Amino acid sequence: MKFRRLPFIAGFLFVPVVLYVIYVVSPFVQTVFYSFTDWGGFSNTQNFIGVGNYVRLLQDDIFLKAVLHNAFLLVLMPVVTILLALFLAFMLNVGGRGDSAGIRGVRGSSVYKVVLFFPQVLSVAIIVVLFQSVFRTDGRGLLNGLLIALGLVDPNKPVQWFNSPDLVLWCLLGVMVWSGVGFYMVLFSAAMQSIPKEIYEAALLDGASRGPTFFRITLPLLWENISVAWVYLGFIALDGFALVTGLTPDSGGGGPDHASELISNVLYRTAFTQGKFGLACAMGVALAVFSLLLAIVQLRITRRDRIEF
Amino acid sequence: MTQLVTAAPTAPEGQPEQAKPPRGQFGVVNFFSQGFLLLWAAMVVLPLLWAVMSSLKTDKEILSSPWSLPASPQFDNFGRAWNSGHIGTFFVNTVIVLAGGVTITMVVGSMAAYVLARYSFPGNRVIYYAFVAGLTLPIFLALVPLFKIVGNLGTIPVIGPYIGLNSYAGLILVYVAFSLPFTVFFLHSFFRTLPTEIAEAGLLDGASHTTLFSKVMLPMARPGLISIGIFNVIGQWNQYLLPLVLLQQQSSFDSDHSVLAEGLLNLAVTQGYKSDWSGLFAGMTIAMLPMLVIYVLFQRQVQAGLTAGTLK
Repeated sequence: MKFRRLPFIAGFLFVPVVLYVIYVVSPFVQTVFYSFTDWGGFSNTQNFIGVGNYVRLLQDDIFLKAVLHNAFLLVLMPVVTILLALFLAFMLNVGGRGDSAGIRGVRGSSVYKVVLFFPQVLSVAIIVVLFQSVFRTDGRGLLNGLLIALGLVDPNKPVQWFNSPDLVLWCLLGVMVWSGVGFYMVLFSAAMQSIPKEIYEAALLDGASRGPTFFRITLPLLWENISVAWVYLGFIALDGFALVTGLTPDSGGGGPDHASELISNVLYRTAFTQGKFGLACAMGVALAVFSLLLAIVQLRITRRDRIEF
Repeated sequence: MTQLVTAAPTAPEGQPEQAKPPRGQFGVVNFFSQGFLLLWAAMVVLPLLWAVMSSLKTDKEILSSPWSLPASPQFDNFGRAWNSGHIGTFFVNTVIVLAGGVTITMVVGSMAAYVLARYSFPGNRVIYYAFVAGLTLPIFLALVPLFKIVGNLGTIPVIGPYIGLNSYAGLILVYVAFSLPFTVFFLHSFFRTLPTEIAEAGLLDGASHTTLFSKVMLPMARPGLISIGIFNVIGQWNQYLLPLVLLQQQSSFDSDHSVLAEGLLNLAVTQGYKSDWSGLFAGMTIAMLPMLVIYVLFQRQVQAGLTAGTLK
């Protein structure tokens, strides 16, 4: 048997490992290498310039703005999404009538789970096209039309949404939250249902009402799911490429007046429009460092003892 | 039991609150939670319905009365989007890339995961952790050299044109490679949980390692394969960045291989110039409905697949 083992192992691993090395490992490694060069992209020659690109990034106002904007999304987006998702999941599971058999899920909870999950199966391109018309800056957009109909907005001065430097990031935040909440609601809801009923019954017998039950039983038992969700949402907040290129003004997105530049679209523009591949690679490395930091910090902050049940 | 409750850091112990009046209060909570769920459901559904409704209107109707139903449904919007908007081509391109990408990902990914999970050999850990490390690194880190690598592969004699920039197979291979970390990571944990006795019995009966894998282990791993399969279908269907970079047409004679995501966004730009809003909404509806229909039909599996896929 032994003599056929190694060829088998090698045969099964050959294709996946080769593909992985060519398309994933080697570009990652090359990015780090190119980030220390002045590679222009169109030629295949480049000079080693040490940390020159990184120094340039630190002096680049637009890139620094992009980092700040990503930080804004990184702080707010996961918090808002998780809070809303938790709230809706809680409403879904224990919002129903309570009786001697305990607290029940709300009526129609399975329908809500299907419907609220919709955004997760929509391609980001569809979300972009959809929100282009939701946030139209004249009175014909869905949101402006609604606000005008409600008398909250002057029909002659519709809200400028993505064209307003003050609102643009908040609108991006809104779109990100809109598309993320349903997924995490379903996730948290599944986790809530895996908590043994006896725990809730015990709490009910002890006379605990919904509020304390949620904060003292449900939340601690969901902690692990929440912390993983936090990391995943953080990765989404660090990306945002399709949304910012598709929804915000100026060529390649990031407008108005650089008010919504994100690292991802600045990187794309630097590489594929301006042809500064070396500099773009340095941005890629910076983004990867932020991602790793995020994962480490987040997992450390949210780390608690695992509760088995 | 009590131990479980006290394991929760802030759990109260032995301080029962006063008995409360159940019915009335719960009625209010019920009303309140229905209200919030309905509100959020409306925020999700209304824009989608509105877009579908707009796809059946004339451009004039869309601009003059964005809120009303179409006077008569304009089904030719769909024909226009499909043909002159090229949504039809984008759709076929997407299906080709998806079929190739997901199939190869599943085959190659399950092979790697199986070997890494169930055979010990020197280098096993290194390879496994190399795959898992790919999970934490953003795609943007690889983007620029990846463009160059695929371009260079395109210059290889004979097979070059099939795997270079703006080729189906080129994009498929990149999809496979970038789907591998998660697929391997997920299936690895799945294969590990399968019982060893059956594998040993199979080997004693003279089955080869390959037969054991395809006839015994794969069928046993079916639930995991379905979950990660759905995860990959949705992930690759929604991919936007990779096609944008790798499907750039090399010359004006080069055929357009765009997938739906980038095609739709290009359409959004060109239809914006032409003010063909109804065509754009129709294109969007075509791009949106297949996934929504699949999702509604298989919602249990999709939800289970995506959530299990994220948190395993």
